[in-house]
Parts: sequence; C-alpha cells; structure tokens
Amino acid sequence: MKKIKNQKPAFNPVSASDFLPEDELQDLQFDRLKKIVRRAYDCTELYRKRMKDEKIIPEDLTSLQDLKNLPFTVKTDLRDTYPFGLFASPMSEIVRLHASSGTTGKPIVVAYTQEDLDVWSDSMMRTFAACGLHSGDIIQNAYGHGLFTGGLGAHYGAEKLGATVIPVSGGNTDRQLMLMQDFGSTAFCSTPSYFTFMIERAAELEIDIRKLPLKAGIFGAEPWTEEMRKHIEKASGVKAYDIYGLSEITGPGVGSECEEQDGLHIFEDYFYPEIIDPKTGKVLPDGKEGELVLTTLCKKAMPMIRYRTRDITMIIPRRCRCGRTIRRIKRINRRSDDMLIIRGVNIFPSQIESAILAVEGTLPHYQIVLSKEKGLDQIEVQVEVTEKVFSDRIGALEQLQSKLMQALENVTSIRIGVRLVAHQTIKRSEGKAKRVIDMRNQN
Amino acid sequence: MAMKIKQVSIFIENKAGTLSAPCKLLSDAGINIVTLCLADTNDFGIMRLIVKDWQKAKKLLESKDYAVKITDVVAIEVEDRPGGLASILSVLEKSKLNVEYMYAFTSGKNGRAVLVFCFENPDEAVQILSSKGINVLGETHIFQK
Repeated sequence: MKKIKNQKPAFNPVSASDFLPEDELQDLQFDRLKKIVRRAYDCTELYRKRMKDEKIIPEDLTSLQDLKNLPFTVKTDLRDTYPFGLFASPMSEIVRLHASSGTTGKPIVVAYTQEDLDVWSDSMMRTFAACGLHSGDIIQNAYGHGLFTGGLGAHYGAEKLGATVIPVSGGNTDRQLMLMQDFGSTAFCSTPSYFTFMIERAAELEIDIRKLPLKAGIFGAEPWTEEMRKHIEKASGVKAYDIYGLSEITGPGVGSECEEQDGLHIFEDYFYPEIIDPKTGKVLPDGKEGELVLTTLCKKAMPMIRYRTRDITMIIPRRCRCGRTIRRIKRINRRSDDMLIIRGVNIFPSQIESAILAVEGTLPHYQIVLSKEKGLDQIEVQVEVTEKVFSDRIGALEQLQSKLMQALENVTSIRIGVRLVAHQTIKRSEGKAKRVIDMRNQN
Repeated sequence: MAMKIKQVSIFIENKAGTLSAPCKLLSDAGINIVTLCLADTNDFGIMRLIVKDWQKAKKLLESKDYAVKITDVVAIEVEDRPGGLASILSVLEKSKLNVEYMYAFTSGKNGRAVLVFCFENPDEAVQILSSKGINVLGETHIFQK
C-alpha cells in the first residue's frame, strides 16, 4: 500500500497505554474492576439485585478471574429499564445521551459523564493512532452525527489526537468526494459498505481515489469480510482498517486493528474482554471461539458488567507483531443474532459475502432475500450485473450465475438460488448496509 | 468502409416493464432503433439493439445505470429467392465460422431480409463471406432508408 513506509512507528505517547507490561495492565484492570463493580452494586438496582440473587457482594472479587462469577447483562436489560434505569450517576453529572436505533420498538439509551467522554475520546484517539494516523492528518468523518455514537465518538477522538476533523456526517456522496479532493483528506471514517459506494460514485465522476492523499479508511459499525477489505484496498489504494465498538459499551473505540491488520486490539484497560460458550455461559480460554463479553472498567454513568455482545470471535493467544500488549480479537464477521437458519442449516451473511466476492469480477452489491414458499424457507441471493461482468452472450451470464451458486454451495452446503439483477437496483446505503431482506413473516 | 456493425447490448431483468424503458429513452433522444432482438432466460435477458448513433445510445443508457456492451456484428443481406438463406448457411458451415448467435429482420423500402450474426471472429468472417460473393452490409447500407 502507498505511503505506509513513510509513517511514524506505531508507538507514540498517545498510545502508551496500549504497550503496558502485562502484569501492570492486569493490576490496573483488577483495581478498576473492583471499583466499577462496587459502583454498579451501590448505584444500580438491577446489578445489586442480580448479585444478591447469586449471593455475591463486591468484596468477593479477589482477582480478575473472579469476574466469571458475576451475572451477565444482556441487551433486553437495557430495553426493560428504558430509558434511564441502568444509570449509576445522577442526571446532574450526566452530560451526554446517545441512543441506538432499535429495530423493534424503543431504542436503547446510553449515558456519559464528562469523565466517560474523556475515556471514550481517549480510546478513539488510540484507535486512530493504531491505524497510523497522527496530528497533521485530515480525517473526514462520515459516520452519522447525532444519537448514533459513531459520528461524535470519532469526532472527539480525532480532535484529541490533534488531527484535523471534517465533521461531514453521512450521505451526499458527491459533496463527500468534493471535500475529499479539495481538503486533501488523508483518512475517511464510514461503514465499509458506504465506502464501496463512494468508490463506485468516484469512478462515475472520473475521480481517481488513488491519486488523492487519502491513505486510510477507518471502517466499522457493520460486519464485513476479509474479501471486502481486499476489494476496497484494490479499488481505492486506501488501507482499510476494521474498528469495533457498540453503544452499550461506549460506541466506536472498543477495539481497533493496528497497522498489522491482523486482529483488533481491545482497549482492555477500559473494556475487559471475555469469551464465553454462548450455550453454557462458561468462560473459554484465549484461542477458543465464542461470544464476546465486555465489562466497562471505567464507565461511571452506566457501567456494563459482563455485557453479552452476541458477537462471535476469539481472543488471539499471541502478542501482536506491533508490540502492543493489549490483546486482540479476531475480526468479527458474524453475530449470534445475525445467523439465518435456512432449512435447518445455519448460515451467516458474511459467508455469503465471502463466497460472492471470491468469484472473479463480481462487485459487492448483493442482498439476501428470505421468503417462505409452501411453508419452506427459501433463500435467494441477488447480485448486480455491472459493466464489468456483463456479457452479451446468455451463456456467459449463465456461467456467472452457476459459478456464484457453486461458490455459495461450497461455503453453506445448501443450494442457494442466485438471481442476476440490473445495476443500481440494490439500494445503496449511506450508513449500515441492509443485506438481508426477510419476507418470511409476510404473506 | 466499415463492414462490421456496432451492436448495443444491455442487461435487463425478466419482468414487466423492463423492455419499454430503454426503448423510450432512446426514442426520446431521437435515436432510431433499426432492429432489436431479445435473448432471455427465466430471470434475465439481454436486449440487443442496432442503432446508427451507437455512441450516443451507449452514453445515454449508461447514464441511466444500464450495463452496456458494444459488440461487433456482421449484417448480411439475403437474396429474395428460394435457397437464398441456405446458400449463406452453407458458406458458413464450409468455412467453419463459429456463430455465437444470430437474428433476422427486414429493412429498407424493398423489405430486404437482413441477417445479423455475432461471430467469434468477425473480421475473419467478413473477409471469408465477402470473398464468397455474399453481400455483407456495411454501416452505410444498413442505415439507408
């Protein structure tokens, strides 16, 4: 990739906490854990009740390992206590609220004290630093600013880093491209699907992103695959970084890739990760795949104790080549609640994306349509025919169709119909891409 | 004189209303469609068009997000007599020219029958057909009214 050689080494003072010796890190984590569990117990009814039910008091924590005895927190807890039931600080100390778009009914609300915002800015600053950015970089932030945590989270992190931030927010692609050229943006923050749309639009406007100063893409807020990364990097010349976060924990800034692009470092001095078996709830050792559970070690306004993320990953049991001591998780491309069960077979949308992108010449414009026919689940993958793959011979298009079907069958082991659809018929997203259209519960 | 004809092909989905839109787009721009042929499967199809101003048609269609391909095809006039078609086909067979697809239409005031061929190798085809005395129509002829 271009320009990477000229970058400063990964270690710089802003990311010092990423390089703490392991024993110091663990001491710090345990110290913070005791305080946050005490706070949760004292200030939040739900945590107190749950711990009492288990006959646990905060003093029972004698080491980091004892965390495994505490009860989990789940997403429905946030819904059930809507809006302010899990707050551990009085409103007079809460300076910010965010809310996630609830897919059903009420959203979930999260709160921050000033100290919480400082922690969040710090972890986002370290995210940008891990992606090779520093003061002097111009960061175009196309995450939505508003109730969604993406925009403001990235904003304050970029400012704290000392970079120049362009708070353009999502949408208006032509203007995004204009600003990118005129302001000489060196980094772009958005969902990966929005950036693929930008690449496509840039080509239409005959703008060559490779020739612009843009060198890094900070992509998150939706699952994406290694194949999508390859596509983005090849098509734009931009190094594409995966970042991780969720509103319940803080927003973006929970974890990030570094320049090695080999797993996401969790800023575990703030967010303590565990991997559990999603069925039994038992903690699994590093290197084993399971559900990621996070505990906020510093969050005052709304501590999260053992929050089940539903994201499936593993903690990588080796130190990263970059030298950071904070541990890494494997990139998350599936969530336990994204799983589609089709005729009894478990399928993740990320498997479908990998299969499609592995077929020569296809572009990442696809959607998965689920329907019901005579009581049976039907799955169809729609793939756009772009100039690149279009041929005026029926045989060549049928071959493309069967190649795609074969690739899908190889990864999912069931036959999945592929429908070739016209260019631009699949809705482009300016935020999180909607890849699955589920019509099974409609007539 | 160019003996090959530029054919404009577009991808369309096989559902109601997908045929008229591109045709209307071209007619609104004053582009006359000399002939049109459809190849289709259950789900999708390819619309192949012969128009005089193919560059303009291509630009216009692309601006409306159609996937467009330009293909060289060869147009042959068929003599209006019994065996006219058979003689052409026998030349093709003997010279082992590979045909990807073909279609026919009538054109001009005399109601000439014209065959449009997509050959694997159109240049070779033009050369062989012309040398056998077959009337390959160039651009100037096919767009004659």
